[in-house]
Amino acid sequence: MLLTAAGIEKRYGGVRALKHVSFDLQPGEVHALIGENGAGKSTLIKVLTGAVQPDAGTVELEGHAVLNNSPSVSRALGIAAIYQQPQTFPDLSVAENIALVNEPGGLTRKVDWKARREQAKKLLAEIGSDIDPDREAGTLSMPEQQIVEIAKALGSNLKVLILDEPTASLTDRETDQLFRVIRQLRERGTGLIYISHRLEELGQIADRVTVLRDGETIETRPAAGTDSRTLIRLMAGRDLSAVFPKRVVPIGAPVLEVRGLCCEEAGITEISFDVRAGEIFGIAGLVGAGRTQLAETLFGLTPADGGTVRVAGTEVHTKNPREAIAAGIAYVPEDRRSNGVVGELPVRANTTMAVLDRISSMGMLDYGAERELADKWVQALSVKTDGIDAPVGSLSGGNQQKVSIARWIATEPKVLILDEPTQGIDVGAKSECHKIMCDLAEKGLAIVMISSELPEILGMSDRIAVMSKGRMHGILDRADATSEIILEMALGAKA
Amino acid sequence: MKQRAIAIGIFWVILLTVLTLRAPGFFAGGNLRDMALSNAPALLVAVGMTLVILMGEIDVSVGSQFAVATVVAGLAAKSGLPLGLTVLVTAIAGALLGSLNGALIIGLRVPSIVATLAAMAFWRELLRWTTGGAWIQGLPASFQWMGLSQAGGEIVIFAATALIFGFFAWAMRNLRAGRGIYAIGSASEAARLAGIPVAGLSFSVFALLGALTGLAAALNAMRFSEVQPNAGAGLELKAISAVVIGGASISGGRGNLWGTLLGAAVLAVIAPSLTFLGINAFWEKAIQGGIILGAIVLERAAAGKRSARAH
Repeated sequence: MLLTAAGIEKRYGGVRALKHVSFDLQPGEVHALIGENGAGKSTLIKVLTGAVQPDAGTVELEGHAVLNNSPSVSRALGIAAIYQQPQTFPDLSVAENIALVNEPGGLTRKVDWKARREQAKKLLAEIGSDIDPDREAGTLSMPEQQIVEIAKALGSNLKVLILDEPTASLTDRETDQLFRVIRQLRERGTGLIYISHRLEELGQIADRVTVLRDGETIETRPAAGTDSRTLIRLMAGRDLSAVFPKRVVPIGAPVLEVRGLCCEEAGITEISFDVRAGEIFGIAGLVGAGRTQLAETLFGLTPADGGTVRVAGTEVHTKNPREAIAAGIAYVPEDRRSNGVVGELPVRANTTMAVLDRISSMGMLDYGAERELADKWVQALSVKTDGIDAPVGSLSGGNQQKVSIARWIATEPKVLILDEPTQGIDVGAKSECHKIMCDLAEKGLAIVMISSELPEILGMSDRIAVMSKGRMHGILDRADATSEIILEMALGAKA
Repeated sequence: MKQRAIAIGIFWVILLTVLTLRAPGFFAGGNLRDMALSNAPALLVAVGMTLVILMGEIDVSVGSQFAVATVVAGLAAKSGLPLGLTVLVTAIAGALLGSLNGALIIGLRVPSIVATLAAMAFWRELLRWTTGGAWIQGLPASFQWMGLSQAGGEIVIFAATALIFGFFAWAMRNLRAGRGIYAIGSASEAARLAGIPVAGLSFSVFALLGALTGLAAALNAMRFSEVQPNAGAGLELKAISAVVIGGASISGGRGNLWGTLLGAAVLAVIAPSLTFLGINAFWEKAIQGGIILGAIVLERAAAGKRSARAH
């Protein structure tokens, strides 16, 4: 066995990202690793490359335990990873990129440019490429950059190559080009770990497939004879053990009506849907499917260039967040730290940040009104804080998220868009956030919830839309939706 | 922030105590008044600079803006413009220079350090070229000390400075725009999402710093009977130092004007106290640099502690 990972455990805060995961790789094998968003693929890769330390478990390379793993240790041992976005230095030449990690010697050594160029040529030739070593890496196409990275890895005694969604942004021809290189590496005896959402590719290139789900190894099986449908079932099948505080509330008239919405800048095309009062409308899809871009278009961050949006019957054309807020649209963005709360400011100021006009007259802030408003929402959402004057940065992630939600409910919106509302917060806070969503729906708010967690989508939504490549591929009723169907639609698999 | 202000206050008091013991002449009324008077314009510039730094930006061109505005004030006064109009024209000239910075930084997304560094060199050299370094002399009597007695003029300068400082100290806490500046400096994307007009506000702050610099130049020019075009040399260092010593975070979002006032007070005392203590004046910049470095290290250490707590 070339590489063996056994009993790998990894926790991030309260979240168990990997639960006793085992994985192995033989020399000259392409082993595909698949799973939906958050299944634990990236974390496993990070453990193998030493980017994170596992809490338990062992990694062995050629029978020897890999100890004190770190990116430089794993590289020295011959484990390399190549990501969807190539990590080349665009302003350096191909030869320099390849030499960067491979040439021995310290920072003061004299560079032998001729040898450097020849070494680059030789490594590139090994994988059948004739890229000019003097070209600047930034001028290369995506697959060419990937090839340069593979050549770089070859130069340091490559044994295991990890490819993380290498074909996600490649054309069919470019994919073929990459597959040729992969086959050459396989001949050489290199072990390849291949991560991809393009299930239909796996039959062509992979020898075995391992499915991860919720941080667990579900099954490892030969790729030949395994169809996409089976893989989807394995990726999705789960006992819905998590209990969601979903309540049935009366659904009213449409509040948000979107028709043929397009925005080239955001990369979304012909999107149509309605969200009714009291309804939680879930939007599922893979990372990069255009869900956040849709939210940003509705919120006026990337103004639409086609289609119509109506809020409570009135057509709106939001060109910036202020207009969106005025139109009754609120948006709790993902990435709480940089887009949500303002850590330096107190809870009070964070809560009122989007409604400064309501707590001020002629530009002057009314601190009494501010405290009143902040108190009201901090209590309503039961934010745990040392008081409304405590800096938001001192709160736990879950409570920061509640403050972020409070800010937007304080605008008294008609439509509330939540982007990954429970990302990175612990189970208890998650459940509280879900309860808040139900309370808001009960009050007649139309809620759009973008989430990469299928259980959350299935557990909380009244209806579910699935997006991929900037388009909406269908809307499912709560009763009809299963994780299999959603995944199939999200992956665009014709099963 | 509060501990920091106390630490600076203590440092300041110690410095004053040493001065009292070693050089009682320091506290002669005339000396203190001169010191305050020559630093009042720098405080006005530091007020504007505080706003810029709170936003997470910087403006190193204030010294050159000050020089241009000084010449504008001199020319306006000499042309016989009434005093009020002279001051207004000078402030507007400053605002225009600040707006130009703002346009480069917000409109063209040039990093503020680069845009204002270019402006600093450009205006200074343009002024050297156009004036040939010649002083503007023969200003009307109605200009110096505003045509009042020297004491009367001084009182007006103090009052104007105090009024402007007081207004901004109040405004940063009580105006929506003040809250917006803090939000931008702390997390500008979050501020934008919350509907705060980030671009407009940022631009206005640069223009405002220019206007305050112009106003400071006008008040400063009134102290003399002639105007020299190399005024304001090193003013950017002084203003930025006052803000940083006052505890503001150079990356924005934290700090306030009372800190800046303390910082300006500390800086104002250093140079003359060296003279009084018989220390070579060459040490002034070194000591100033040391204090700034100390202030930044303290601020970073505090920031490190804060982020450690948040995780």
